Amino acid sequence: MTQTAEATNRYAEDFDALREEREEEPLWLRDLRREGFDYFQRMGWPIDDKRDEMWKYTDVRPVARTEFRLPDAPSVTPSPAEIAAMLPFDEDMSRLVFIDGYYSPDASRIVDADDASILRIAEAIREEETLVHGHLGRYSEPGHDASVALNTAFFRDGAYIHADGPLSAPVHVVYITSDHADPVVTYPRTLVVAGKKAEVTLIETFVSLGPRNHFIDPVTEIALGEGSSVTHYRLLLENTDSYTIGHVRPCLGLDSTYKSVVYEVGSGLMRLDLEVLIEGEGAFADLKGLYITKGKQHLDNLVSIDHAKPHGKSRLYYKGILDDESRAVFGGTVYVQPGADKTDAYQEDKNLLLSDRAEADSKPSLEIYADDVKCGHGATAGAVADEAIFYLRSRGIDEQTASRLLIKGFASEILDEVGIEPLRVFLEERTSSALPRFTGAEVAA
Amino acid sequence: MTPRSSNHNRPILEVRDLHVSVGENEILEGMNLSVHLGEVHAVMGPNGSGKSTFTNVVAGRPGYTITKGDILFEGESILGMFPDERARKGIFLALQYPVELPGIRNREFLRTALEALREARGETKLAIREFNKFLEEKAKAMDFDPDLMKRNVNEGFSGGEKKRNEILQLSVLDPKLALLDETDSGLDIDALKVVANGVNAFRGQDKAIVLVTHYQRILNFIKPDYVHVLIEGRIVRSGGSDLAHELEAQGYEWLREPAEEAAESVGATGRPS
Ligand SMILES: Nc1ncnc2c1ncn2[C@@H]1O[C@H](COP(=O)(O)OP(=O)(O)OP(=O)(O)O)[C@@H](O)[C@H]1O
Ligand SMILES: [Mg+2]
Repeated sequence: MTQTAEATNRYAEDFDALREEREEEPLWLRDLRREGFDYFQRMGWPIDDKRDEMWKYTDVRPVARTEFRLPDAPSVTPSPAEIAAMLPFDEDMSRLVFIDGYYSPDASRIVDADDASILRIAEAIREEETLVHGHLGRYSEPGHDASVALNTAFFRDGAYIHADGPLSAPVHVVYITSDHADPVVTYPRTLVVAGKKAEVTLIETFVSLGPRNHFIDPVTEIALGEGSSVTHYRLLLENTDSYTIGHVRPCLGLDSTYKSVVYEVGSGLMRLDLEVLIEGEGAFADLKGLYITKGKQHLDNLVSIDHAKPHGKSRLYYKGILDDESRAVFGGTVYVQPGADKTDAYQEDKNLLLSDRAEADSKPSLEIYADDVKCGHGATAGAVADEAIFYLRSRGIDEQTASRLLIKGFASEILDEVGIEPLRVFLEERTSSALPRFTGAEVAA
Repeated sequence: MTPRSSNHNRPILEVRDLHVSVGENEILEGMNLSVHLGEVHAVMGPNGSGKSTFTNVVAGRPGYTITKGDILFEGESILGMFPDERARKGIFLALQYPVELPGIRNREFLRTALEALREARGETKLAIREFNKFLEEKAKAMDFDPDLMKRNVNEGFSGGEKKRNEILQLSVLDPKLALLDETDSGLDIDALKVVANGVNAFRGQDKAIVLVTHYQRILNFIKPDYVHVLIEGRIVRSGGSDLAHELEAQGYEWLREPAEEAAESVGATGRPS
């Protein structure tokens, strides 16, 4: 029997063991979980002969082969002060903290919000069952892929935001994995329901407390109602020995605006599918990303934008800074469905290679089935930094300073877009210390 | 022969039997050149003859292998030095194709570079206000659009703006030896005058200039002391500024064959005898 099969059995044992606990959940949720679990039992991970074009550059066998354990409730939890020191940008925000999948009321706080519910999802399932039922699993369907399937089957808790007007403060959702001797897996789940004209700013942060391997399988669903706007920051700050495979699914209604900035420095092996659906006319998606990799990190961002309705607009700009033997994969797909006329879409991906062993693969693609559309892409796979470094050095600037200037400059195009000042400062500092080779200082994971 | 306008005999730059390869290709095949303070040398030659290779190698650009020979700056071999060390010693290269630096503002770039050089020269740090004033004067003297100072280095600059920016850097950083690789190419007549004025303002008894060009016209503004012709990786002819006129009229064909003998006739130093 292969290790993969053993790992699959582990999931089956865990699913059975949770049966009793799940008795308290509503039937529709149990059905949803069962659907996800069955899908995974049937399909497993996309490895070996199941590895198709979508997974061409990323091999998830390390995930498939490890027997990840569901963690117990954490015995020690970081104090609010420790969290504030680690993530010093959320002073005036609502904050929901989950440690190893368990909600931490002590570390969390909700800034008063009219017209809104900011809850942990386990509570929302009890308090706002009808609404949760109407949205959960509707966008990230249980049978979408292995990662969504497992998350649906196993998620313990997560964040729920339901707003019917402008939120007075951003919501910071922190998913922490503590240090474990054996690798654990957590299934963060976030659901945002932005009603008509709602305005929501969401920051999701993923962070590990220790240096050891663990796996997170997060799923974030975002429903944008008519005229609503959601700004979504997603910070992947885990240790570089961990694995992440996740799914983010924003569905944009009439005239809504979704802006996202993903910031990825963590994870040894990462795959993130950001699948945007433009399902209302005149919606706008603005997607920005910055990833900084070193060592043997492998980060794969698959971003697809599905224009199903006319007059939609999408802008995608991802940038990567790669050092050592790290590898970044960027797959960007724009589909313009029949009838989605007057769509305006543009995507671009740029990478800065600081080492000749680093590798960036960009595969932008456009599939257009509508008329009168404006679509384009301008991907450059890897601009090698040598030329720029030489130019700077030829003016007397030493190598470290030259690299630092270059990294800062390259990142600024994305980070300048971060509208929350303390968050931007945090990310700038994080960026300048992300590659210790050029700063001489390593930042704790 | 005695150097015309220098108080000391030791050349500031001395290139000795330089052989340079890129991969399997030998590009410079025994180049010799001596440049003294106070002198302006023009290097001309057909496309692909190795002019940029030569200036790049002096500045320390990576990607070239020096298989034989030496480059001395102020009597000291610089082959083992990094580009920034060479710059701090006083070498400056205006690139044929200036590099774009996304996200780095021109002003910040110039300030960081100047600070590095001032520190190497044992000078004190300039306060921001002093620096801004200094930069403003330099830019004004060069008719440099102040908006370009706030923009990212060379990003979206026109060809002419990039070249002008190189000369602005020359004037701000004030090296001892300036290597100008086709700084005159792609300039309109007004820009050419501005660039030439910038170079002439830099010119002096304590400076040396190596100017790579394809055109006689820049030499009307910056009169060279020597003109060298580089063909297939060797200096095949050296002369005074008349040589540039001759080349303008006749091209390079007459100098091509046989390259071997021509190289010998100018002697080992590459200076006219
Ligand atoms: N990095 C490189 N890789 C491969 N070939 C190179 C490289 N650099 C230079 N060469 C080759 O070396 C030769 C000389 O190039 P170089 O740029 O020095 O010429 P040049 O005299 O400056 O020409 P131009 O007048 O066109 O600027 C050319 O044949 C060029 O193709
Ligand atoms: Mg050249």
